[in-house]
Amino acid sequence: MQSNATLEYDYSLAKKFTYLTILFGVLGMLIGTLIAAQLAFPELNYLLGEYGTFSRLRPIHTNTVIFGFTVSGVFATWFYVGQRVLKVSMAESKFLMFIGNLQFWIYFVGALLATVSLFFGFSTAKEYAEYEWPFDVVIVLVWVLWGISIMGLIGIRREKALYISVWYYLACFLGVAMLYLFNNMAIPTYFATEGLGNVLHSVSMYSGTNDALVQWWYGHNAVAFAFTVPIIAMSYYFLPKESGQAIYSYKLSLLSFWGLMFVYLWAGSHHLLWSTVPDWMQTMGSAFSIVLILPSWGSAINMLLTMKGEWNQLTDNPLIKFMVLASTFYMLSTIEGPIQAIKSVNAIAHFTDWIPGHVHDGVLGWVAFMIMASIFHMAPRMFKRELYSKKLMEQQFWIQTTAVVLYFTSMWIAGITQGMMWRAVDEYGNLMYSFIDTVTVLHPYYTIRAVAGVLYVTGFIMFAYNIFKTMTAGKVLTQEPQFRTPMA
Amino acid sequence: MFFHWLEKNPFFFASAVSIVISFAGLIEIVPNFAKAAQPLVDMKPRSVLELAGKDVYMKDNCNTCHSQLIRPFKSETDRYGDYSLSGEYAYDRPFLWGSKRTGPDLHRVGNYRTTDWHENHMLNPALIVPGSIMPAYKHQFTNLADIETAYAEAVTVKNIFHTPYGDEFQGTRAAWEAYKPTVLAEAAAIAADMKNQDVKDAVAKGEVPEIVALIAYLNSLK
Repeated sequence: MQSNATLEYDYSLAKKFTYLTILFGVLGMLIGTLIAAQLAFPELNYLLGEYGTFSRLRPIHTNTVIFGFTVSGVFATWFYVGQRVLKVSMAESKFLMFIGNLQFWIYFVGALLATVSLFFGFSTAKEYAEYEWPFDVVIVLVWVLWGISIMGLIGIRREKALYISVWYYLACFLGVAMLYLFNNMAIPTYFATEGLGNVLHSVSMYSGTNDALVQWWYGHNAVAFAFTVPIIAMSYYFLPKESGQAIYSYKLSLLSFWGLMFVYLWAGSHHLLWSTVPDWMQTMGSAFSIVLILPSWGSAINMLLTMKGEWNQLTDNPLIKFMVLASTFYMLSTIEGPIQAIKSVNAIAHFTDWIPGHVHDGVLGWVAFMIMASIFHMAPRMFKRELYSKKLMEQQFWIQTTAVVLYFTSMWIAGITQGMMWRAVDEYGNLMYSFIDTVTVLHPYYTIRAVAGVLYVTGFIMFAYNIFKTMTAGKVLTQEPQFRTPMA
Repeated sequence: MFFHWLEKNPFFFASAVSIVISFAGLIEIVPNFAKAAQPLVDMKPRSVLELAGKDVYMKDNCNTCHSQLIRPFKSETDRYGDYSLSGEYAYDRPFLWGSKRTGPDLHRVGNYRTTDWHENHMLNPALIVPGSIMPAYKHQFTNLADIETAYAEAVTVKNIFHTPYGDEFQGTRAAWEAYKPTVLAEAAAIAADMKNQDVKDAVAKGEVPEIVALIAYLNSLK
């Protein structure tokens, strides 16, 4: 058996998925910024004919940032972290390397085709599950291949105990598999008849209120198992590695993990408050959303306390800054969500821009920050070069932080304004505003949000440039850095 | 300690996670399943043209900006009409409630908008509603709706979910050819209320532009 000191890990897959993370990140965020600008300046809807309207592009934005950017980031970090915490190299198994590469190519080609299909309007119209059935099949295949990678690597591991990050990656795999399969159950109409109509078209297995319940059980928990669980896996690995600090509390991580697993899925019905879903389900959704603060803050506090006594690192290591800010935004987002899930608050917040505001302080501030920090940490170790520019990282950090703050503050104001105007009545009890009044009033906030989008994309392109220069022009490292990432 | 043991046994660990995450779905979704699928008494499923319109609605993702769910508040029933009932959605696959009202709710838009209004509005929303940020959907006037796929959808839900479509709905090409004139007649009735000559000509030729199907669908939302 090799000793730990001499074990060489194989980063070829981690590198490939890192490139995709950056590619899909740029694409998804550019489209996001365009559609944000369209709401402020509707003329921008006509740049690409029928393919460029807000309504066509919005699903492309969401699916590209979820299944392109975030999921690539999850795969990239898994193929880096998995080997290291299990103390086994991918290269030790030709089979696992083959499966990994197969997964990469099917995923890459599948994601591109799926994006094109959305441009052409093939959509199941279920949020974050818009891909039609052939692409669902591809996604399931990719997921199964990833499962084989995880189980295979665990099977040949040298370190017997699974590190916390592996718990979360496993949970991500299992959770998304269950949710995706059940929510995307559909019957292709072409095959249910004698080949009539379009072969891509399908009809949902569930109808009406049932469909809504399954969809939001999925929609909410896709956020849980794709946007939260694997990102926590990253924090638990990269924060201690970068800071050289041990995780603050094992017990707290245990409590947070099992708490999150149990509680998260109940909260899905908070997306359906005041709908035709039975009252008791709505109340369950509300109540469990509040309980969800505990495991969420448990993880976040565990992260922040890991820095105990070492807060000076925050001032001189921009990577720590990214990670600490990510944990802080995680706390903000996981207190904001439960507040919106209170029925009386939801009556105002639902259907307004406060919801995208909430989503984005989570995904821009927490998910994307943590993924970028992870890549910053991995790059010098994968490419054996120093990070190209610390200064650029600092600038990126502040540009993107400003962007996130502008985004959520403008959307908070927009959402609450709209929610209050919809329900405002005059002294005789008549509605005070027509619907269009509640649209035009939002123009300044939509403009601010578009500016925030431009800033965030700018920061992301700076990040991509920094990684590219690291690969090509960073100072060559002779030895792998143990903790703090070296940067010029 | 139990958890230390679990962390060294991946199979049991994964099983434990699977069990813990399954509870919520089993308890929240399954028990009510049959009840929530019940339609209102005497409710009819959508016609093939309306289904084709629903597919246009999905193709252009109207649901990204428009909800179809009227909540039980006075401010909503004043603005949009009666609050929504579960049974009204029983034939909707998928549900199209939406999650964001960038534009107004459409669940009962058929009660207060006409074919004529939609025609003008889809061509230039800001002309009809000054200040509107909705894009124009001119391509719906030239693209053809896929009525064959809509028919296949009706047959599928009839055969598999027992949605009450008539006996003439069969999955053969011959049955579709026999049924097609019914769809075209319905399209002609919509086109008769429209001004656009290209649309009228297309319908006269036996084609159904997307806008015709979409308006049929929007008119059916009551």
